[in-house]
Amino acid sequence: MRITAPQMGSLEYMLEDLAVRLGVEYVPPPQTTLKTIELGVKNSPEFACLPLKITIGNFIQALEAGSELLIMAGGCGPCRFGYYAEVQKILLENLGYKFEMIIIEPPGAHPIQFVRAFKKLGRNMSIKQIYNAIKISFKKAQAFDFIEKKMLEIRPFEIDKGSAYKNYVKAREILRNTKNDDEIEESKKTGFKIIESTPCDFGRNVLRVGLVGEFYILLEPIMNFDIEKWLGENGVLVERSVYTSDWIGSSKNNPVAGISNEKLLQEAKPYLSHFVGGEGVITIGHIAHFAKNNYDGVIHLFPFTCMPETIAKSIIPKVSRELSIPVLSITIDEQTGKTGIVTRLEAMIDLMLSKRGAKKESLCAVS
Amino acid sequence: MLIGIPRALLYYKYIDAWETFFKTLGQDIVISPPTTKKILKLGTEVAENEICMPVKVFYGHVMYLKDKVDALFIPRVVSVEKKAFTCPKFLGLPDMIKAEDGLPPIISPTINYKLGRAQYYKTIFELGRQFTNNNFKITQAYFKALGVQVEHTRISAKKEKEFINLIKDKAKSKNLKIGIAGHPYNIHDEFISMHLVKRLKQKGVELITAESTNPANIKNGAKILDKDLFWTYEKEVIGAASYWLQKKLVDGIIYIIAFPCGPDSILQVILENISKKLGKVPLMSLVLDEHSGEAGLITRVEAFIDQLKYRKAAQSG
Repeated sequence: MRITAPQMGSLEYMLEDLAVRLGVEYVPPPQTTLKTIELGVKNSPEFACLPLKITIGNFIQALEAGSELLIMAGGCGPCRFGYYAEVQKILLENLGYKFEMIIIEPPGAHPIQFVRAFKKLGRNMSIKQIYNAIKISFKKAQAFDFIEKKMLEIRPFEIDKGSAYKNYVKAREILRNTKNDDEIEESKKTGFKIIESTPCDFGRNVLRVGLVGEFYILLEPIMNFDIEKWLGENGVLVERSVYTSDWIGSSKNNPVAGISNEKLLQEAKPYLSHFVGGEGVITIGHIAHFAKNNYDGVIHLFPFTCMPETIAKSIIPKVSRELSIPVLSITIDEQTGKTGIVTRLEAMIDLMLSKRGAKKESLCAVS
Repeated sequence: MLIGIPRALLYYKYIDAWETFFKTLGQDIVISPPTTKKILKLGTEVAENEICMPVKVFYGHVMYLKDKVDALFIPRVVSVEKKAFTCPKFLGLPDMIKAEDGLPPIISPTINYKLGRAQYYKTIFELGRQFTNNNFKITQAYFKALGVQVEHTRISAKKEKEFINLIKDKAKSKNLKIGIAGHPYNIHDEFISMHLVKRLKQKGVELITAESTNPANIKNGAKILDKDLFWTYEKEVIGAASYWLQKKLVDGIIYIIAFPCGPDSILQVILENISKKLGKVPLMSLVLDEHSGEAGLITRVEAFIDQLKYRKAAQSG
């Protein structure tokens, strides 16, 4: 039986690894393109948030390509995401597709459903074997994130545009072929070395910018028009607030991103004192954290109609004013174009430079 | 103390209980007038432009009240049953409002059933102590308010009985019966719903809403869902509609949605699916926003009523 799951950043590499361990055939959906977006928008409710539309598009294309079993994450609210799977099931069944769907609920809130979902996948395996498989695949997912983070740190200093990314892809491919704990550890180190070997000019004066917002938009480069690449190649050091494994992980310490949720809630408290679903509080907490650590600015990305981020956006003007940090909020929907975003980013860079009192020429990478 | 209560959102669910509570504690309250174009404008001027229309209306009422009162009452209603939340907007509402300048103090107790009964009572007493140190008085005010809220349940059960009797009544059974699904703060705010209830009544339509349905029946109706919804108020919308459909109480359903409501975008799919499963009763979704024109609404409602009339005539003839 062919299994598939929606596209999201480096998630496919973890699933690819996990599928081998569980002995199932995993085929990622065709790469998300304009066609995927078009299919998703056509078959989804009008003002559902963008991730629902895109994942519907992913599933339709995967089903057309012969997938029979869909995997989707569940949730327990209050963000809409927790009900995505139910809605996807209804919409796809109404379109006439025949398929089975396994919903992976968060283990904390629905432990029985969580175990049951994995028992369905790894039919002949014991719970302990499944647990070990998940554990090692998750470790690999973290390794992917660590090398990606390293690449983000190096990119604004690279001498040849795109060379850091090329080395990152090399490192990623090495990591993809690893099997056990030691190999993962070994190739993570090799990966770091490969990325660090990128010819760099560390004397460059770069801007430091935090990237916050809704996880799907942040993690899927097609959705954010690869904003990290544009910023990196234009002399901006990007610090991303969420990584795939931090989002999947049950630990609240966010080992890759480096700040615990507890600390972020504390930072957010004067502005937003209660959990509002999704990453609402985390966004506010990160902005406060970046402001206190003298970042030059923050870019806030989220899909149109996203409830937690809209709440955050209502509060951001106050945070920005009181902590004197520029924040650019960008809402993304199916109509958004890259040019509009680039124009705003250029204006943001000018603003951050003038705030620093620096001249544009001092940022040599800016063309 | 003069406490201002905005006539929006949860006002439409709990105002009687809130009023009783504060009055028993000897406080004066002011409720903002029904929504007008001017109030909406006050709201849209300050609210984040991507937020849903009912919240913009709420901002408008806050702006209307801010210089007229000593404090504003904006509770943070996180959860009203053990296993569910309310809409995320209610979780962040006090903080969103506090981000505006020039507001009076805001009284915002956090109501969260997930934290258990003890925490709930603690919140009530903390709220009461802002006005009096007399614990007995606070207890008295709480139980009086609770009584009013329970009375609501009784009234809605009674209203449902009246509606069912009406169906059995031969003379009136020819009238069209329509269920209005949606959030009470959209249906009963005449500005948002553009007098939909009044218009339908003028056309001789008999109406039922979730507020005039027995809460026990709503709970049973919601069992139709494969996965329990984690929003209480939205579960009521689905529960009421599926109960009407199961008992064949209505000839059609009008579903009121305010743009761009997050939960409603999901509910729309589920409700359409349920109505397809449970017999073929027509369902019309009306999406309203601050730019909606009245003429468009009237045309669509008239067309819907005509359709229902033809169907009814065809079925009985």
